Amino acid sequence: MGTMERYHRQIILKELGAEGQQKLLSAKVLVIGAGGLGCPVLQYLTAAGVGTLGIVDDDVVALSNLHRQVLYTMEDIGKPKAAQAALRLRAMNDDVQVIVHAERLTTVNAWNLIAPYDIVVDTSDNFPTRYLVNDACVLLQKPLVYGAVSRFEGQVAVFNVPTKNTAAVNYRDLFPTPPQDGEVANCAEAGVLGVLPAIIGSLQAVQAIKLIAGIGRPLINRVQTYNLLQDSWYDFEVQPAPLPNPLQPTSRAAFEATGYAVQCGISGFEEIDVAQFNQLLQQADTLVIDVRELDELPPVTEFAHRQVPLATVPDLFGNINHQSIVVFCQGGKRSQQAAKQLAHAFPLKKIYSLRGGILSWKEAAQTKQHERTQA
Amino acid sequence: MIQVLLFGQLAELAGASNLELDGVADTASLQLELQRRMPALATTTYRIAVNKIIVTENTPLSGGATVALLPPFSGG
Repeated sequence: MGTMERYHRQIILKELGAEGQQKLLSAKVLVIGAGGLGCPVLQYLTAAGVGTLGIVDDDVVALSNLHRQVLYTMEDIGKPKAAQAALRLRAMNDDVQVIVHAERLTTVNAWNLIAPYDIVVDTSDNFPTRYLVNDACVLLQKPLVYGAVSRFEGQVAVFNVPTKNTAAVNYRDLFPTPPQDGEVANCAEAGVLGVLPAIIGSLQAVQAIKLIAGIGRPLINRVQTYNLLQDSWYDFEVQPAPLPNPLQPTSRAAFEATGYAVQCGISGFEEIDVAQFNQLLQQADTLVIDVRELDELPPVTEFAHRQVPLATVPDLFGNINHQSIVVFCQGGKRSQQAAKQLAHAFPLKKIYSLRGGILSWKEAAQTKQHERTQA
Repeated sequence: MIQVLLFGQLAELAGASNLELDGVADTASLQLELQRRMPALATTTYRIAVNKIIVTENTPLSGGATVALLPPFSGG
């Protein structure tokens, strides 16, 4: 095979060999997140010749990402990470089939996204996603390579891989209950030295390669921590929890009904102004809902929306496929109540409430109209 | 003498990544002693490892034991 020249330096490692390389080329790995940890994971798995790489990320590149997310350039700012990462990775190695999943991982899409892959690498940046990925991987029996960073420290582990002597452990055996929102600062709040995720992400790539090729001793049932300031490493051995975790779903249906943001103490919606509302009207995958009574005036004919009076909002639960929901009412009070209910029912969707209601929207539209006729 | 290693924001809470404690017989009394020094620990999520093994219940501590406190990180 001509392409094997590319992998010569690792094929001559007798532990890996042509057989190990073939395993890499046949492997399918899903990487959740294309940020600080995701970049090195994706780069090294692409370079190593992992045959199929999926990227799940719904974010766009920002200037403040570039100190650690080294797949991206200044020209990528504002562009979707998953697609830009795929461009670079395909240029690196055309043996690798790179699949872009430019969406946020939710309980709705997680099952079908994860199922086709052999191994999942969690490089996400928030607790709801981390618990969601873990629980899905437990139910689907997928090996999970976990990595997380904060400031100058990182953690790496391999979950969901049973050994001869021990049952498989998962993230909930390490941290059974999610910390509450605001308790643990994320990178945006706490900061992170740019090179740290390169180290932790590279270790995640190491774990994936070892698991696929069946070489060495991956971090199964062990959490390895690294402190960059002290240059110190420390390992923790994790054992299966003695009792089942009541927060952990035991079936696909229970998983899909789990509110991960709520478990993590997040039950938020965002209040938006008229300008933001108008932007959302242009956005795909957004459902706009009028929660006023059906006969309330003024009627709204300017944009597409659904009429769902406040009392009937619970009828929507479980029936919305859009990723974002924008609610409005007459003056902005009832829509807050509806948004709160929706945020609870759809913890991973983005929920917005129009401040000032349709009255302020109509007023702004009239002012604009007036300005236009004046000009 | 018990050696206590603190990771992540726990080291910031304690103002040190390394403590030495005397007279703590088990992990429960160690937690109480640490909470007395750092009240915020009571509302912080972390796991305890004794000699590198994460423990799920109160565990006796013999002299020379190393106890490590590990918080979760979310950053990616």
